[in-house]
Amino acid sequence: MKDMTQARAVPKAINWNRLQDDKDLEIWNRLTVNFWLPEKVPLSNDIQSWSQLTPDEQTLTIRVFTGLTLLDTIQNAVGAPTLMQDAITPHEEAVLSNIAFMEAVHARSYSSVFSTLCQTTEVDEAFRWSAENEHLQAKSRLILDEYDAIASPLRKKIASVFLESFLFYSGFYLPMHWSSRARLTNTADLIRLIIRDEAIHGYYIGYKFQRGMERLDEAERKELKDFAFGLLFDLYDIEARYTEQLYDGLGLTEDVKNFLHYNANKALQNLGFEALFPEETCRVNPAIMAALSPGSDENHDFFSGSGSSYVIGKAEATEDEDWDF
Amino acid sequence: MTGLVYYSSRSGNTARLMERLGLKALRLPQTEPSPEVDAPYVLVTPTFADGEGRGAVPKSVIKFLNNTRNRALLQGVIAGGNRNFGTTFALAGDVIAKKCDVPVLYRFELAGTETDIARIRAGLARFWAAQEQQTCLTQA
Ligand SMILES: Cc1cc2nc3c(=O)[nH]c(=O)nc-3n(C[C@H](O)[C@H](O)[C@H](O)COP(=O)(O)O)c2cc1C
Ligand SMILES: [Fe+2]
Ligand SMILES: [Fe+2]
Repeated sequence: MKDMTQARAVPKAINWNRLQDDKDLEIWNRLTVNFWLPEKVPLSNDIQSWSQLTPDEQTLTIRVFTGLTLLDTIQNAVGAPTLMQDAITPHEEAVLSNIAFMEAVHARSYSSVFSTLCQTTEVDEAFRWSAENEHLQAKSRLILDEYDAIASPLRKKIASVFLESFLFYSGFYLPMHWSSRARLTNTADLIRLIIRDEAIHGYYIGYKFQRGMERLDEAERKELKDFAFGLLFDLYDIEARYTEQLYDGLGLTEDVKNFLHYNANKALQNLGFEALFPEETCRVNPAIMAALSPGSDENHDFFSGSGSSYVIGKAEATEDEDWDF
Repeated sequence: MTGLVYYSSRSGNTARLMERLGLKALRLPQTEPSPEVDAPYVLVTPTFADGEGRGAVPKSVIKFLNNTRNRALLQGVIAGGNRNFGTTFALAGDVIAKKCDVPVLYRFELAGTETDIARIRAGLARFWAAQEQQTCLTQA
């Protein structure tokens, strides 16, 4: 027994007043003030809107949400915990524990939508569908294979950023689409809270990936970059087929694919890489963009607007004790 | 007349955009004392707001603008961000525009796209030309 104690590193208490990486505290602060629960959103206001969807549209929506639930479940139970094992700083570990918990909140939120809007039998059927759906299973497997490969912390981060910043978007498209047509607008509010969280998760894991890359030599960096682009291609292949299966019926497949390209490029940027998909394949329907960031296009900026007039900031939240004026 | 000042945190998106833009620019430091500029400039900054829109402008940028001389020379702001943050997309630009009474010239996501780079380059050229003309007029 005595021998075993030698193998164990000295347990150390986390000191938040001694940081190795300022980003850890910055992200911790943002994530904790952004904390939310699904009860905050009045989902029951969508009951009438739900009843106006056709049965096919309802089935599609439930299926899409079970697919999203699966990704959040993976990230909660496997993704974030496995990244914790690779944490360089104790603060990074703490941030990842917050991320893990929020994934559980996200997964739980979809069930709140279901219990508010849907019949139990329909929901059970959709969960069965997701367990049997080949594309959903294939993408989960690709990600989980990387999470299991304990040998490469940086490959795990690549897989994790792709889950956070790319794989969710075939699903997120649908509530944004409904919202752009004034359908299920409260559910869309809830989804936007999830989207904001995922943006910080993808950012932070991508940031830690970039820090890890700095320690490697040129050859190792190239190998990881090749791996990242290869994995993205494989995931994209699956996503394209999943998209066709889900959205062909509504005639939205091409539009969703543009949204996927746009998000894939953003996932790569989170890892510090350049874009892959050409811009002409990333032209997302403006209605979807407006649903994603409501209000932000009402102010035309100077360079892309007519040029003759511009708006001086609309911001209200200018209060910050650091400003001297 | 192409004064550019920018901030980019260690995630480096704004820095990558500036590099591709290829124009001479001053990068604001993370912690060291803020520099002082002596010519008109456009500011490029990312956004780091919380869910309520608080704290959108990076501390380094605030410190730089707290200097009245720097503030007086600011001509406009270009703001980075991510649309996934919803209503607070590129909010740092709006906050600075309102506080300093300058226009938001452009908004972009993360490290920007080729189109963003082209628009910023062309927009800045036009903007500086217009500014110069104005200075000539007021001096005449
Ligand atoms: C905690 C956090 C909060 C953020 N808040 C916003 C926001 O409110 N609005 C926005 O448009 N972008 C927001 N972003 C996205 C950043 O502005 C974006 O990632 C930017 O490219 C960072 O620039 P840098 O890498 O040059 O530091 C946020 C990012 C983080 C990590
Ligand atoms: Fe999530
Ligand atoms: Fe996440």
